[in-house]
Amino acid sequence: MRYPFPVGRSDFIQGDEAIARAAILAGCRFYAGYPITPASEIFEAMALYMPLVDGVSIQMEDEIASIAAIIGASWAGAKAMTATSGPGFSLMQENLGYAVMTETPIVVVDVQRGGPSTGQPTLPAQGDIMQSIWGTHGDHMLIVLSPSTVQEAFDFTIRAFNLAEKYRTPVVLLTDAEIAHMRERVYIPKPEEIELVERKLPQNEEEAKLPFGDPHGDGVPPMPIFGKGYRTYVTGLTHDERGRPRTVEAEIHERLIKRIFRKILDHKDEIISMEEFMLDDAEVAIVTTGIVSRSAVRAVKILREKGVKAGLLKLNTIWPFDFDYIEELAERVRKIYVPEMNLGQLYHLVKEGANGKAEVELIAKIGGEVHTPMEIVERVVG
Amino acid sequence: MYLKSAYEIRDKYLRKDMLPTIFCPGCGIGSVLQFTLRAIDDLGLNQDEIVWVSGIGCSSRVPGFVNFDGLHTTHGRALAFATGIKLANPDLKIIAFMGDGDAAAIGGNHFIHAIRRNLDVTVILINNFTYGMTGGQVAPTALKGLRGTTAPYGQFENPFDIANLAVSAGANYVARWTVFNYLQGINSIKKALQKEGFTLVEFLSPCPISFGRRNRMKTAPELIRWYQKITVPLAKAKKMSEEELEGKIVIGEFADRDRPGLVREYQEYIKRAKKMMGWEQ
Ligand SMILES: Cc1ncc(C[n+]2csc(CCOP(=O)(O)OP(=O)(O)O)c2C)c(N)n1
Ligand code: SF4
Repeated sequence: MRYPFPVGRSDFIQGDEAIARAAILAGCRFYAGYPITPASEIFEAMALYMPLVDGVSIQMEDEIASIAAIIGASWAGAKAMTATSGPGFSLMQENLGYAVMTETPIVVVDVQRGGPSTGQPTLPAQGDIMQSIWGTHGDHMLIVLSPSTVQEAFDFTIRAFNLAEKYRTPVVLLTDAEIAHMRERVYIPKPEEIELVERKLPQNEEEAKLPFGDPHGDGVPPMPIFGKGYRTYVTGLTHDERGRPRTVEAEIHERLIKRIFRKILDHKDEIISMEEFMLDDAEVAIVTTGIVSRSAVRAVKILREKGVKAGLLKLNTIWPFDFDYIEELAERVRKIYVPEMNLGQLYHLVKEGANGKAEVELIAKIGGEVHTPMEIVERVVG
Repeated sequence: MYLKSAYEIRDKYLRKDMLPTIFCPGCGIGSVLQFTLRAIDDLGLNQDEIVWVSGIGCSSRVPGFVNFDGLHTTHGRALAFATGIKLANPDLKIIAFMGDGDAAAIGGNHFIHAIRRNLDVTVILINNFTYGMTGGQVAPTALKGLRGTTAPYGQFENPFDIANLAVSAGANYVARWTVFNYLQGINSIKKALQKEGFTLVEFLSPCPISFGRRNRMKTAPELIRWYQKITVPLAKAKKMSEEELEGKIVIGEFADRDRPGLVREYQEYIKRAKKMMGWEQ
């Protein structure tokens, strides 16, 4: 297989470009999108690469159509992705719920920008944390990943496809304008260096008849893609194991929704990824995600120089959220600080996790700038 | 045409465990479903290579009753989903079963863009002038003066002529019939299914329950008589003045052309891309 970009070596590229290349290497062969700053470069790169690898890149009439198209493509057997920013992500929410309900593997990139509404189109923010987790309606479960470097944007994109395929679920890659437009050195591996996960397909007629069952006990049903003679009916209505609409029986709805939760929560140890930095003996902890983590690393170093035993917990997965881990952390430290580029979204999750075992303080910043390390340091030393 | 019995068609194509359907007595959706299945049967199409797609509404429940791969999606979005299915696997033939509200109101944008792209899909559109599933609100196809729960004093807006809209947006094949034009209906669906690109067969279909009741036509026969009154065959319409055509709906075949479909255009695009990048001669 020939690639339209160099593999097996490093390149100096933007976050958006890294996401596009990672998607191609992850096996994505269907991209549908609608232009929006700061995500457009993902689309432009996909438009350039996709035809060369016999994939599809298509500009749809809006974001609703874009996510609809990738869900359709996924049922036709393709790994599929779309990318957008806040306003477009809002438009996608109904169909994001449809992907949850129909257990369709897709990857949705949300390059956050300052909102609400059209807000600050070119400036970074972390205002969609809650939207990515709770934006669609009804009880639902999905996976949200958040990179903090261009290399992570690349790596997490591949991981997003793997998790989507493995758990038959939509995965949101939540990044921001800063990473999208920043150039950094990224190692682009050779295909043979990348571990790829492919969705489970039915092994026999029995399995194919239960497209929403649990034949393997792991909560993840094999996916009978279209055109294989299985004659699968897929609906966003509450359905039984065979996919038949059953909209008024409480038990059936509960069984379905709880399995959709279970298939992810039972594997949360594998799904949740976080990194600790100088946290072993820490008395104060900083919990961050995305771009702010980089300022926080520097802040921890400065704090240590000042004699403050600070440590950092960087969340690579935002959802599912490890509430238990945060509680343990809260038992070990005196105080937890949550610097984030919004007026308090991750903060609520951390506070719930801490469960009163430690004080939790928000270090909010909005307006389009990342916290400087000193802004974090000053708040910690008071 | 040899006509198989309805039983044969039913046994061959419907999911027995899903019956009975949710459709009210006198509803036209079942008839259109039968036309579509007869067309598929007559053409001898492979059941495993057809995917039915729909949005939300009474008409959109059809894919659940037929024994094919099917995607019952969100309100108005069927054609956007279909775009992904078709481009990801061009070997699949796609039938989109849609309501008039579904296609022309919430899905209006997807509808015109799917046609502009000439997406390879056959749309079977149930036009009952109303929102059946939600209980009889006015649809964008409702003729002036028709009543719905959201226009209790009679529709004051102008209606969409879906078939004409599709012709001007560039569809390869467009026909409109009432559900009582049995043979024309089946023949049109057959033609549509054999063509590349976007094809549409619109049916004026009785909804006695949500629509008829509110417009003094409580039964299907009353709706039949009304359709006979308001429809004009294309050939005749050509000789009529604008005033004479006021409040009438023209039926017939409106477009039959062979512009390249989206799949073929994209395959050409891939070739062009590889050539421009020097990957291929
Ligand atoms: C986003 C969204 N808005 C509204 C609805 C409610 N709704 C369900 S069916 C329907 C209208 C159906 O009318 P039509 O498309 O004409 O189909 P019919 O039922 O008449 O066959 C509406 C508005 C919905 N399901 N989703
Ligand atoms: S409400 Fe109207 S369109 Fe819906 S099933 Fe009943 S008759 Fe048919």
